[in-house]
Parts: sequence; C-alpha cells; structure tokens
Amino acid sequence: METGMFTVHQTIGSVLCCKCGVPMQPNAANMCVKCLRSEVDITEGLLKHQRLVHCPECDSYLQPPRTWIKAQLESKELLTFCLNRLKRNFASNKVRLIHAEYIWTEPHSKRIKVKVIVQKEVLNGAILEQSYPIEYVQEEHMCESCSRIQANPDQWVAAVQLRQHVTHRRTFFYLEQLILKHGVAASAIRIKQLDQGIDFFFSNRSHAVKFVEFLGKVAPIRSRHDKQLVSHDSKSNNYNYKYTFSVEISPICREDLICLPPKVAVSLGNLGPLVICTKVTNSIALLDPFTLRHCFLDADQYWRASFKSLLTSRQLVEYIVLDVDDVTYHDIGGTRYGVADVQVARVSDFGKNDTMFYIKTHLAHLLNPGDHALGYDLYSANNNDIELDKYRGLVLPEAILVKKSYEEKRLKKRTKPRAWKLKSLEMEVDDRGRVDHEKINSEYEQFLRDLEENPDLRFNISLYRNKEYQPSEMASVTDGEDLPSVPLEELMADLDLSEEEDEEDSMTE
Amino acid sequence: MATRLMFENSCEVGVFSKLTNAYCLVAIGGSESFYSVFESELAGVIPVVKTSIGGTRIIGRLCAGNRNGLLLPHTTTDQELQHLRNGLPDQVVVQRVEERLSALGNCIACNDHVALAHTDLDKETEELIADVLGVEVFRQTIAGNILVGSYCALSNRGGLVHPHTSIEDMDELSTLLQVPLVAGTVNRGSEVIAAGMTVNDWTAFCGSDTTATELSVVESVFKLRESQPSSIADEKRKSLIDAYV
Repeated sequence: METGMFTVHQTIGSVLCCKCGVPMQPNAANMCVKCLRSEVDITEGLLKHQRLVHCPECDSYLQPPRTWIKAQLESKELLTFCLNRLKRNFASNKVRLIHAEYIWTEPHSKRIKVKVIVQKEVLNGAILEQSYPIEYVQEEHMCESCSRIQANPDQWVAAVQLRQHVTHRRTFFYLEQLILKHGVAASAIRIKQLDQGIDFFFSNRSHAVKFVEFLGKVAPIRSRHDKQLVSHDSKSNNYNYKYTFSVEISPICREDLICLPPKVAVSLGNLGPLVICTKVTNSIALLDPFTLRHCFLDADQYWRASFKSLLTSRQLVEYIVLDVDDVTYHDIGGTRYGVADVQVARVSDFGKNDTMFYIKTHLAHLLNPGDHALGYDLYSANNNDIELDKYRGLVLPEAILVKKSYEEKRLKKRTKPRAWKLKSLEMEVDDRGRVDHEKINSEYEQFLRDLEENPDLRFNISLYRNKEYQPSEMASVTDGEDLPSVPLEELMADLDLSEEEDEEDSMTE
Repeated sequence: MATRLMFENSCEVGVFSKLTNAYCLVAIGGSESFYSVFESELAGVIPVVKTSIGGTRIIGRLCAGNRNGLLLPHTTTDQELQHLRNGLPDQVVVQRVEERLSALGNCIACNDHVALAHTDLDKETEELIADVLGVEVFRQTIAGNILVGSYCALSNRGGLVHPHTSIEDMDELSTLLQVPLVAGTVNRGSEVIAAGMTVNDWTAFCGSDTTATELSVVESVFKLRESQPSSIADEKRKSLIDAYV
C-alpha cells in the first residue's frame, strides 16, 4: 500500500463447515467452532481435581516439599498458589492459561473451586479456548510448628541438662544466640530456664544426641548420659527408656583471671601462672598479660585437670589511667597488644587519697591518660585460692587491667535504643528458685555491650535490624571518640514475609 | 456421482490415482480393493491402468494429464512409459518432460481446455503443456500457494479451490478457466484438495474422511448428479449422429 503499488482488495469468502455445513469464515481446521468443540476437548489430560494440604491451626497451605504458605480463602495468594500447582500440567499439555477466578464455595466445605479459561492449538493451527472448573479438596494436616505447639511437652524422651556453675548467665546468653543461629533446638519440645543452666527436652533421643554434639563444638563441655527404664515388653523385646544427658560447661569465662595449677602451667610450658582467659569456644584461650604468651586449652585438656577462676569478671574494678609510658607493640594470634608501664588509680580512690599503682599492662595500645579501664584489684583482693598458695614466692602485681571501660561515655550518651536486636529462645522460667530479674536484666545489658565492643564475639551470631530504631541527627553530631557500636552492614534485615517469620518463630519454639 | 474410498488406510486418494475424461491411472498397491472401486465405477467407459511412475506409487502427484495427453516426469522409466503408451487410448499423447520440478501433478492443474501452472516452470515445459495437453496455460497461484496442482481440483464443469481463496482471486481464476469455482475442503477440513480427491466430468473419488457436507459441495460444483457417463455418451452420439446425418 505504501509503495503505491496497486493491490487487489482481498475479500475473505465463506466456506461450509466440513461437519455441519454451516457457512463460515475459513479457518485452520475448516470446521465451525461448535463442531471443533465437539471434536476436540482441550481440557483432556488437564487435572480437574487436586488435593491441598491445609493446616487448620494457622490457615496455611503446604507447598511441597516443606514450605507452608499462609493464605486466606478467596485471596489472590491462594489463587496463585492453586494455579502454580497446575503449572506443569498446563505446560505438558501445551495449554495456555488465560483467566482464572473463584467459584464461591462454603468456607467449611473444604473445597476450593476455581474456574479457569485455557487456550490450546488444535488441528493444524486453530486456537480453541475453553473454560472448566477445577476442584481443590483441602486435606487437613497440621503443619510442623502447629503440631509442635499442640504436642504435650511432658512427653519427652530425652532431656539435656546444660549447666555452668558460675554466678552469672553470660555464657547462656551467648549460647542461646548460637543455638538460634544454627537452629539446633528446633526439635526441642520444651526449654526450661533454671538457676545455673537450661534444660532442653526432646521427643527423640537422636535429637538430644545431636544437640549435645553441637554443644561440644561451641563450648568446652563435659557430658555424661544415663537412661531410666520406663516400660518393658519382654515378649517383643521392646524397651522404653527416658534418657538424660548431663552437660557441664567449664566455669572459666572470658575475661576471667586464672591462677593455673602448677601441673597445667608446666604442661603449657611454664605459662603464667596468672593468666587471663581471652576467648572461650570449644577450647579456652589463655593469655599471660605480662609476657603476652598465648595458648589454647581444649576441652579434654581442661577437664583432665580442671581449675577455677581466681577472679571473675563480676569482680572487675574500674581504674583511671593517669600516665602511659612508652608502648611496645606486639602482634599475638592476630590481635595487637601494646605492652607498657602505666600509672593507674582506682576510680573509687580518685580524689580521696593518693593511692596509685604503677603496673605493667598489655592494653597500652588502647589506653590514653584519662581513660577508664577495668581490671582486677589484686592489691585489695582477699584470695583464698588453693592453686595460688602452691606458688611460693609468687609476687602478685597490684592490678591487672583487662579491658578498656566505656562506662563514662555511655553515661554521657544516656540510654539510647540500639539499632539492632537479638532473637530469643522461648524458655519457660523455673520459678521455684529465687529469680532476680534485675540481675538478669543487667547481665543481659552487659552481654549486649560486650557484643558491641567485641567483633569477635558477634562473629558467630545473627543480629537483626531493630525496626523501631530511628537514627537521630543528634547522635551523629556528638563529640569525639565514638562508643563501639555494631556497623549497620552486619545487621540482618528481620524477615518481613509473614510465613517466613513463622518459620523463624517455629525455630524459637 | 462421487465415491468415497481409501488407499491402504490413507485418505489421500488423489495422490495414488489420476482420473481424466479419457483414462484413469491407479497406483500399483498391495490391495486390490482400491483398483476395483475405480474399475467398478469406470469399467467399459474409460481404461483403468495400474502403473507406477519412477518406481513410486504417488502417481497422482507426479503426472499431469487430460483427455488429450499425459505428461510424465523425467523420473519415469522407459518401461513405465511403454506400459502407459500401451494401456492408454491411441489418441492420448504420452510425453516425458525434462522439468526440474518433477512433481508435475502438484505444479499443474488442468482440465481439457485450460491449465494453471506453477510460476517457476520452464518455458519449454509450458510449451509442452500447451502442445501435449492442448490447453491454454496460465501461471497462477491459489490463495498465495504456488503449488496450484495441489490446492485445486478442476474438471470441464467446475472447480474446487483452497478454502482461503479470496472472492477476487476466485473471480479471476474462474474467468481464466471459464468454469464456476467454489472454495471448499475435502477429507474433513483438509485444504490440500487435489490430494484428497480426483475428478473428471462425470465422477469423482474422494478420501473416505470426506464428510457428507464436503461431498455435497463436490457433487454440486462438479455437477456430478445429473451427469452420467451414459448421458455424455448420448450427447456425443447425438452430435455424432448429427455429423453422421
């Protein structure tokens, strides 16, 4: 037309339908639509009945193999889910889905009816469209998390009694995060918080064994197990036991001051005997603050000759640094230490008397005159440690600094919400013993601060972004040296999708 | 009358047979029933010859012919040529064509007066068609298809063309052919008309899938109901007698 050439107008004629003889426009099958429909059924081979596994408790549907999708009746999500089930069926029949809509059914009929319209190419190129209803039958089957809630928590088969005989719960806060991160307690039917530990109950022995194995990888533990015969069927040789795993975590914690027993000290090459524990994983890392010698003690070695801390982190005393002499730097095990002689005074003494200590420290790389630091006050400590008595002629230093203190700055900043939060295991609290909530809260706060100050510690655990937190303008303008805080990149976005939130929840249960 | 039949479970009877007003060619097949249908319909009127062309059975698609002559592709063996010359009436000229497009039946559609030809046929072939078949040759397409021999069936009384042929094309073709044309199908909606049927002035053979509707279209456009070989013979005799008298 555009080239200006003459073209004959083409009028499409009509032919008779080859079956019924009705005049019609010629098409690929040369058959009228009615005849074509009677000839071929394009819905042949398409599934018209389907079963959906539905959890009546949380109103979700099973997406094989394991995902549960929450969807309301007559919702868009449910329609998508229903049609996704048929996607492969459509593809294998070379049918194209054009339209789908619900046919209303009674909510309690446990039927979902969907009317779909499909297209398919038939008989050398004619495209036929047809609508047909699909019936989905809901099969009620409780999802895993719901059935776990419904399960009787008293029907446990195996119990893991995790204990650490120390006065604080710091280790358990940390372990809780590790357990959450690895989801190892997902199969626990009940978790109970006790005075010096946590009890985990499992419906299966193997779950408990797996859990104990996990603990062995993250903490220096000693465990033993026992079983109690519950019932016995001598005819079929069935024995029904209740298993108990007693797991003890070593009482040595991070930042504890330890006086090594002479045997251990010798076996570690005359380390110490006064050492600081710098890290606890499945082994214990010890550091001699005077010589900067560093060594690891694995769980076996520890339990062969177990020892206790001389002073624990609860007995830390705050010092103020008055003067730092020339610092020499050393890199030990990937961490930098600066050894120097410093002049310190107890904060409690400061301004009252002139008591000052001239001590050697390994933290000189962090300290400046005027800084606060936490340390063990051996000068005023009243030790009755057996191990310490074994060393005759051991001159104790007056103080051993362990870490820098940010207390002063924290006070300045006042209490501000954190940009991050942690998930927590859902634990029953055993109220029989005396529970000091204030103490637990302050310990938890201390644990959160530790996380902020120590990147090593938060390396293994998941921090989540706190949605309520709004970074204020003021905070960014505040003066000088910042408090240690968690960089935003390390945080995980809390999962927004409701069904995945459920999965997370189910992990905590 | 139109007859429905099958060649060894295939409905494409136009592929395995060639029907003209002066002779009928039938493929040499495994079954005798195909041949016997033709024989019962045509016996005593025109010769029915069993043959192969170039060793194949698809003779309807390989040869083109009418009352005056028969064109065979270059693949035809001497033996087959001789056999056909022996079997056909003396006035029918049998000619082998040295044409690159060897499926002459697909490329040429003809009745006793006019032929439609494939647009790419050689000039020499076109001349041969005109000489041997005694027809006027037009290079044409049918509904955009260049294989005119496949998509239409012609007799001296009418023609059936591809169902997608537009009314304008049909007007043009029927002006050229001087016979009424109808767009239609055979074999339950198949548009390859000449493969599904073969026709002459008084009878037609269609594939057995052909529906009653299609059959009635075929019978009406080729005017098969009123025409019987006897009536044609009567007409001929009348003219003969005229001449005789």
